[in-house]
Amino acid sequence: MKYIDEFRDAASVRRYADAIARITTRSWTMMEICGGQTHSIVRHGIDQLLPQGVNLLHGPGCPVCVTPTESIDAAIAIANTPGVIFCSFGDMLRVPGHRGSLLAAKARGADVRIVYSPLDALKIAQGTRDREVVFFAIGFETTAPATAMTVAQAARDGIENFSLLISHVLVPPAIEALLSAPDNQVQGFLAAGHVCTIMGYWEYEPIAQRFRVPIVVTGFEPLDLMQGIYLCIRQLEENRVEVENQYRRSVRRDGNRIAQQVMRRVFAVQSQRWRGIGEIAASGLGLSAEYARYDARTRFGPAEVHSEQPSECMAGLILRGLRKPTDCPAFATRCTPERPVGATMVSSEGACAAYYRYRRHDGTGAGVGLDMGRDASP
Amino acid sequence: MTGGFGFALSCPLPDRQNEVIELAHGGGGLLMHGLIDRIFRPAFAISSADLTHDGAVLEIAGARLAFTTDSYVVRPLFFPGGDIGSLAIYGTVNDLAMCGAQPLFLSLGLILEEGLPISQLRQVIASMHTAAETAGVRLATGDTKVVEHGKGDGLYINTAGIGFVRSAVPPAPQHVRPGDAVLLSGDIGRHGIAVLAAREGLGFEGEIESDAAPLAATVMELIEAGIDLHCLRDPTRGGLATTLVEIAKSASLDMYIDESSIVVSEPVRGACEILGLDPLYVASEGRFIAFVPLHEAEAALSIVRGAPRGVDAAIIGRVEASRGRGVVLEGMIGGTRVLDMLSGEQLPRIC
Repeated sequence: MKYIDEFRDAASVRRYADAIARITTRSWTMMEICGGQTHSIVRHGIDQLLPQGVNLLHGPGCPVCVTPTESIDAAIAIANTPGVIFCSFGDMLRVPGHRGSLLAAKARGADVRIVYSPLDALKIAQGTRDREVVFFAIGFETTAPATAMTVAQAARDGIENFSLLISHVLVPPAIEALLSAPDNQVQGFLAAGHVCTIMGYWEYEPIAQRFRVPIVVTGFEPLDLMQGIYLCIRQLEENRVEVENQYRRSVRRDGNRIAQQVMRRVFAVQSQRWRGIGEIAASGLGLSAEYARYDARTRFGPAEVHSEQPSECMAGLILRGLRKPTDCPAFATRCTPERPVGATMVSSEGACAAYYRYRRHDGTGAGVGLDMGRDASP
Repeated sequence: MTGGFGFALSCPLPDRQNEVIELAHGGGGLLMHGLIDRIFRPAFAISSADLTHDGAVLEIAGARLAFTTDSYVVRPLFFPGGDIGSLAIYGTVNDLAMCGAQPLFLSLGLILEEGLPISQLRQVIASMHTAAETAGVRLATGDTKVVEHGKGDGLYINTAGIGFVRSAVPPAPQHVRPGDAVLLSGDIGRHGIAVLAAREGLGFEGEIESDAAPLAATVMELIEAGIDLHCLRDPTRGGLATTLVEIAKSASLDMYIDESSIVVSEPVRGACEILGLDPLYVASEGRFIAFVPLHEAEAALSIVRGAPRGVDAAIIGRVEASRGRGVVLEGMIGGTRVLDMLSGEQLPRIC
């Protein structure tokens, strides 16, 4: 497949593995922000290609994983309201709230539909004017522009039987939160290429300088990740602190201005709870005053609030890079994708799900050294 | 950061409510195996292996017959490359073929929904007739029921089939041996993507057609050539990965699979890339996996390659004594990963 195969080329990946081994003189700990990158790293065994001591921590960039349980409870309550068609991205359906999941609500009769785009939900609203259609808008800066555009379109076309349950989150405040924590171990970041495609990377420059931490905007294919890791280690080894852009085929410093404009118009930045992490100031998006009437929370009233029950799930530590999924005693025993205890086990981009799927029988799941050999191949 | 930033180091534990059937219970993955193990097996006091295999081999008056049944609830009824009717023929005759049997007779159970256009029924039945001729089976008996409007998706079909077992030892997971080669009869994932694209109205450039096709002729050729077929299985629901894991588990053996030898057509790869699906978990309806002794692998491969739709057949891996690893996929760039059964439905990712 053109533009995919080139970035999965084994020989080029091996060249980068050699180059990384050549320049690495000591242990380094980096974090990839995005769940898509985590998935790609674990699926392709990228971490197995790195020298001993180079450690990749998996960051909080899985939108499904960090969506707070209150939002899922609200989603289920709204979906159970008679006459409502509740539309969501597929990943969200299995995430457990305090009382079951959207999938369980669907099995019991709620009209829950999987959509691939918020515009599909708007189309459903246009086609069924006698029913309230609600879209569960989650995700980072990557999915937020589509949500914004949908809201703007609903307003333009006067579609009033449509509303959104919004739980959009922003990356830079999360990076700041991680770096501000006293037990932070992260020495360099691979920033999420698709988030930066929208937002650019100028926001990351003051963060890099303030915390003295290199940030490399990185793509998602094996070769992207190897190159991103190489650039990050090179900065660390040379004691440089910059924001570098590995994902140049998609990312500009300013990002996509049109997308940013529509986001600024439709959204207002607000404080946001992150599942497993906690409240982070100015890290979420709600609707601006102009579009507030599309807020499903006001339209359907506040959901019943449950107090968070402590459990053995250590998703919070995993999302902050302090533990690996395999460190959890519940991993692959009491917590599996079918019966998840925490959201990191649900989403295909969650670190626990990625480890469950690809590493469960490997014992450690990480850093088995520079094993480039294929002696076990058929 | 503000002072309001307090880490709560746990996720709340969800309540386990009374379980109900979810769509994923029919997905051929872990949930369905849970149903078999917890409900069906204890009730009928039969071994789990008998229930997870494609069909049963029965000895009746000295003759060895294969017997199987399958229900078809595909939506939409018509999709590129096939329809519910041809699928109901090919799916069942293929289950017989996977028992090393020549398919002979089928039964046909129709559940029709009030309001189904007769023209659609006619079209489905015509397609079944053609498919049965192609597969060389006869419809022996049938039944029709009609349910109220809204109680069915237009049309459901059940077919059961009987075939004559031709291989000396019927292929089954327990006959798989360390050292066996794993043969895959063609590219994977066409059926699943064709149906998904038709159902969701995803207009992909260059239509992807279902690979639904009968497999018995090729299997019979292998048997006639004296190939010792240790195990056969068609990678339908749950795809190639789930099927391999099922067999590895039943046989208590490990497998090493070379990702680069598995053919996935460009359109299917493209669609999977866009939808966030793993082609290893996408269904095929006209492909099979054969476990054969290593020294017969090349002969078997040349027979399959010479058969219709066999150009992309390949040896994709080998079986090894169990070290508790299960099915290990050796990726294109040198890393390895463990394959598992499909867990839940393969849901599209969001970004």
